[in-house]
Amino acid sequence: MLAALVGVWELVTRLAAVPEWLLPSPTVIVVEFVESLPQLAPHTARTLLEAAIGYGAALLLAFLVAALIDQSGLARRALSPLLVTSQTIPIFALAPLLAIWFGFGITPKILIVALACFFPIAVSLAGGLRNADPDMQALVRSMGGSRRQVFSKVKLPSAIPALLSGMKIAASYSVIAAVIGEWVGASQGLGLYMLRASSSFQTARVFAVIAVIAVLSVAMFLAVDVVGRRIAPWIYVRMEEAQT
Amino acid sequence: MPAAGPPVLRLSGVSKAYPASGGASVQALRDVSLEVGRWEFISLVGPSGCGKSTLLGLIAGLDDPSAGSIEIAAGPDGATGEVAFMPQRDLLLPWRSLLDNATLGAEVGGGDRAAARKRARLLLPSFGLEGFADALPHTLSGGMRQRAALLRTVLLDREILLLDEPFGALDALTRAALQEWLLEIWEQLKAAVLFVTHDVEEALWLSDRVYVMTRRPGRIRLDLPVGLARPRSRAVRGTPEFAALKQRLLDALLADTA
Ligand SMILES: Nc1ncnc2c1ncn2[C@@H]1O[C@H](COP(=O)(O)OP(=O)(O)OP(=O)(O)O)[C@@H](O)[C@H]1O
Ligand SMILES: [Mg+2]
Repeated sequence: MLAALVGVWELVTRLAAVPEWLLPSPTVIVVEFVESLPQLAPHTARTLLEAAIGYGAALLLAFLVAALIDQSGLARRALSPLLVTSQTIPIFALAPLLAIWFGFGITPKILIVALACFFPIAVSLAGGLRNADPDMQALVRSMGGSRRQVFSKVKLPSAIPALLSGMKIAASYSVIAAVIGEWVGASQGLGLYMLRASSSFQTARVFAVIAVIAVLSVAMFLAVDVVGRRIAPWIYVRMEEAQT
Repeated sequence: MPAAGPPVLRLSGVSKAYPASGGASVQALRDVSLEVGRWEFISLVGPSGCGKSTLLGLIAGLDDPSAGSIEIAAGPDGATGEVAFMPQRDLLLPWRSLLDNATLGAEVGGGDRAAARKRARLLLPSFGLEGFADALPHTLSGGMRQRAALLRTVLLDREILLLDEPFGALDALTRAALQEWLLEIWEQLKAAVLFVTHDVEEALWLSDRVYVMTRRPGRIRLDLPVGLARPRSRAVRGTPEFAALKQRLLDALLADTA
């Protein structure tokens, strides 16, 4: 399917002699990618670094907030509506504000990634904790288990599937969030590289960067998926049973 | 079989009401009094919804009775961790291996984990679970899961075992095998058992006494001593003595519906 699309793209750009600055053909993009690789690599590394730090921060914070919501009724009433409505706020629109507040260094990029990743993780983890089987919790209580033990032995492991799906969504946002942060102003990164390329009509380079962003996003998503299968093999049982 | 002396568990006038929608309340149990002696095997039978699981939950300390008292010889009343409770569903934690499920109690109680695991391993063969220590629950059959849940309960090392329909979801053949096996285990354990079941023959064949409950709100209608000599063979089920006991139980159970 994808191959056919690329084939048609190649054919059309060649036959109709579309100017390269308007729509370069796939081969031109590949050539551009290979040629600009030496510059592309450090920009990619920078963007990945921002994405990874922001993602890690989001995960940590989401964990704390979700645990707090789960353990304290007050926190739940105060924070739950906030979490739900926050999902409707276009986080990316905050990028210029963050640049004003935090300058053009790495901090605002990390913050924008963290903000974009925080909500899906926090919401899904809080949901997973809430939906843990009450009978399993009662079992641990019947053994004399404390609240903390109920949390660590039942609630948290039960919430792992929900946590992982939130983490996957967040992972696929993380790279694009870093790029958007860089658009507002940066000294390095894929966003900056892309902006420069587009202002000088190096369209093939823009496409090459987009391809890199897409591949990185998918890679982040898959990385979470692989780690998930490692640490929580029981989640995938039902799906596999359904397939056979 | 039951030794003389004070009971290990005594319920006096226990009632339980659940709040229901519209400010009303559902009376699940009304004025239930019962006793379980040391090393006694007691069954509790009654119509579905009469409050059997509710009663076990109260004894396990998961909830407080609306009225009445529950005395447990081993420790403070109404606390959790005093009895070994096996809920109606096996509730094996799907992310834990069989062995880790079985030793959950030691882990929660802060006991010696290594010792608990060693003991669990030693018990695996007599629970028919040899070679499955590292298996995840979803790879086990229904009967194996039930036995694993029972192993988890036994490993809690309590004087009182509360078993809520442990064989309810099993086929007749597996069920019969597990009944015999449970009796063997119980004879070695030296523990009191409060066993909930819908199966009148199962109750009679296993128990020293059988309590029959009424429909909701559940009360004790009959306290029937079984008095069949132990060890019991399957053949006991064919005797006139057994048939007479069964008739009395059924009469008590069906008195409601008449
Ligand atoms: N947490 C609860 N909140 C409200 N009502 C409850 C609750 N738990 C049980 N009940 C009610 O109490 C009654 C007794 O329930 P229980 O589960 O103890 O019955 P049971 O005798 O174990 O039935 P079964 O044989 O079907 O397992 C039922 O009518 C049920 O609806
Ligand atoms: Mg029940």
